[in-house]
Amino acid sequence: MADQAKFADLAMEHMSSLYSGALRMTRNPADAEDLVQETYLKAYRGFGGFEEGTNLKAWLYRILTNAYINTYRAKQRRPDETDLGEVEDLYLYRRLGGLEAARVGRSAEDELMDLFSEAEVKDAVEELPENFRMAVLLADVEGFSYKEIAEIMDIPIGTVMSRLHRGRKQLEKLLYDFAVSHRLTEPVSDAVT
Amino acid sequence: MDAPADSSPANPRCEDALHELYHLLSGEIDDAKRSQIAEHLDECAPCAEPYDFYAEVRRCVQQRCKDLAPPELLARIEAAINHEAHS
Repeated sequence: MADQAKFADLAMEHMSSLYSGALRMTRNPADAEDLVQETYLKAYRGFGGFEEGTNLKAWLYRILTNAYINTYRAKQRRPDETDLGEVEDLYLYRRLGGLEAARVGRSAEDELMDLFSEAEVKDAVEELPENFRMAVLLADVEGFSYKEIAEIMDIPIGTVMSRLHRGRKQLEKLLYDFAVSHRLTEPVSDAVT
Repeated sequence: MDAPADSSPANPRCEDALHELYHLLSGEIDDAKRSQIAEHLDECAPCAEPYDFYAEVRRCVQQRCKDLAPPELLARIEAAINHEAHS
């Protein structure tokens, strides 16, 4: 059983991670702050139930996810939130995969960081349907295992995998669409010729 | 999953490697399978390229999605917890 007096020492270091997740889910800094505060208060009250030695960040994310669903989801749901449907395999690679070869001395990572600004990546992630967005954030941004995500979201592991499969492909399409709509088309054709 | 557009047709090891791409990048694959795929990637550039590409995409998304919590939030939460502890 975890000691409440140790709560702040152990839990506060995860605040920026939780805040980032809250911001992607609520898409609004004031709501994200309230959600993180609510999460910490609930976690503090329930800290006796935390099993020491297990993943504290995962436990906090589980509380945050529940708080989000119960408090914020109703007012967050946007009528235009649509599933993009099937996206082909290797969607982004087939469009941008050859890019790094076009410019000498540039790493693929530098190219991608040039292509996708912080605002574009955030917009693309925030555009994902809610269930997919949560799974993709937990796996690809926070690095949780599929099993941890199943526990955080309280869904079977098979559901985690199918949401990730579809969410990741949709994110590829959204990233591409954002980059193209902002500026990608011109520079890429320049670089190739 | 299809092999990359320019690779030779339907090598089952290519199909297998690409099918497991995201699971491998997520560390969700057992050791035997992982070394089997790693071996294949060493000798098959058309499969290794998308692996490298998606590893970079993942790093890019990770780096771009990090926000720093505002300092006032920490103060707010600590005050709320203190209040709770002494009530």
